[in-house]
Amino acid sequence: MPDPRFKILTSASTSGPGDAGRTGSWRVERPVIDMDRCIPAKTGKHACHLCWLYCPDNVVSKDLEPTIDLEYCKGCGICAQECPAQAIEMIPDADFIKGADRE
Amino acid sequence: MSDAIIESGNVAAAMAVQLARAEVIAAYPITPQTPVTEKLSELITSGEMDAEYVAVESEHSAMAVCIGAASAGVRPFTATSSNGLLYMSEQLHWAAGARLPIVMCVVNRGIGAPWSVWNDHQDAISQRDAGWIQIFAKDHQEIVDSTLKAFRLAELTHIPVMVNYDGYYLSHTYMPFETPEPEQVDAFLPTFEYKHALNPERPESLNTVTLPDARRDVKSIQRGGYMDLRHNLHEEMRLAIKVWQEIDQEFQKVCGRGGAPIIDPYRCDDADFVVVAMGSLANQFRDVVDRLRDDGLKVGVLALQIYRPFPNSIIAEALQSAKHVMVYEKGLSYGYQGALYGDIKSALYPYPSRPCLHNFIVGLGGRGIPTESLFQTVKTACVQDEQMSPAQADEPRWIGLQL
Repeated sequence: MPDPRFKILTSASTSGPGDAGRTGSWRVERPVIDMDRCIPAKTGKHACHLCWLYCPDNVVSKDLEPTIDLEYCKGCGICAQECPAQAIEMIPDADFIKGADRE
Repeated sequence: MSDAIIESGNVAAAMAVQLARAEVIAAYPITPQTPVTEKLSELITSGEMDAEYVAVESEHSAMAVCIGAASAGVRPFTATSSNGLLYMSEQLHWAAGARLPIVMCVVNRGIGAPWSVWNDHQDAISQRDAGWIQIFAKDHQEIVDSTLKAFRLAELTHIPVMVNYDGYYLSHTYMPFETPEPEQVDAFLPTFEYKHALNPERPESLNTVTLPDARRDVKSIQRGGYMDLRHNLHEEMRLAIKVWQEIDQEFQKVCGRGGAPIIDPYRCDDADFVVVAMGSLANQFRDVVDRLRDDGLKVGVLALQIYRPFPNSIIAEALQSAKHVMVYEKGLSYGYQGALYGDIKSALYPYPSRPCLHNFIVGLGGRGIPTESLFQTVKTACVQDEQMSPAQADEPRWIGLQL
């Protein structure tokens, strides 16, 4: 039984978005989903969802039109690699922030 | 309380571990530690001890098994010496960072190269900064008592504890000692509990890559980064000095022994000259002190019982009335001086009285330490008003060289 004067801080993590910090800041390319190709979006059925399954950061939603939490998506591209419909394209993040930079 | 037992220091350690009801023993044999683990395996085989003995292929694995056992919430024990301790070094740092309550006996032996199986303290000194608490025992009774108290200390502070005792001088000599009754130990040492024990109901990864900065976890709880956790380890290690004193008081109530958990001074009250040493060497000095007192010299010996956390203020205060302090040690920081000497010098710096300091290196790799040579070196340091430059005075002097 530990002494109550001791906090005994240790490091532990549980599976979930954000448990490795704000990993979105690591990203160089972001995944963009083409809903015309995405199987659940196209069929209206909960099928496939491989991007949700494979995402190591748990940032892809299991919706008919999947969304990606860019706060934590580190841009690893596993979802794009695994998607059987080639519905996910990795686009340089710089393309999205160029306008902001110029302001 | 048992009648006095006459046994070796290694058997004394094994009996304490049996009384502490350690549940997992994982060890790899190495001289002079081997008889501790042999005795424990005998006790387990005969059914006198209810524990799992894991015969591992290396010391690295021995500590890894202890880490696994403690993480699962079971009380582990291991023991090693010398190069075995160094082989588990990576895991030592891990056990401390993971705040695992592990107890290990280190039967102190010189480090190779060249091979030596004989005693010195370089093994323990080399692991000084691993984040483990380091206790030094002076005799067989202290091996028993310190090992039992070490389990309590490790489990209260969640910092692993090393109980050091001298190879051969203590491990293989026979001395009388007493052991507490099992019921007394059970009252003193509650069931093992690890605060972050693995739980299948609540799966998590322990000690994964931890970012430089603090973060909010999935439950939005603020979690420290690496530096914050390490700061906490340091702060709580400092607090462990107080806890070790409290444990000693509890143990005294149970067994009637103790009272000197941090420093054990002998004839130091009016001493102008104080010898500081750790382990059996400090007891050997008691004879030297008695003889020098007979010669009219005001000499005492102060045994340091705990080396990390370093009880700097307690030592510095104990040395305030001394004129000369002689630090004798069986290990050093190569290229500088005795590690203990350097620590004591630094502990004294903020205090008003800074006695003259002398550093002696003795007994490396089992080189004999004749009481006569201790007597002569202390006496010389006491009676000679040596004219040395500050740089010369700060150099360690090697006793008993045969070059």
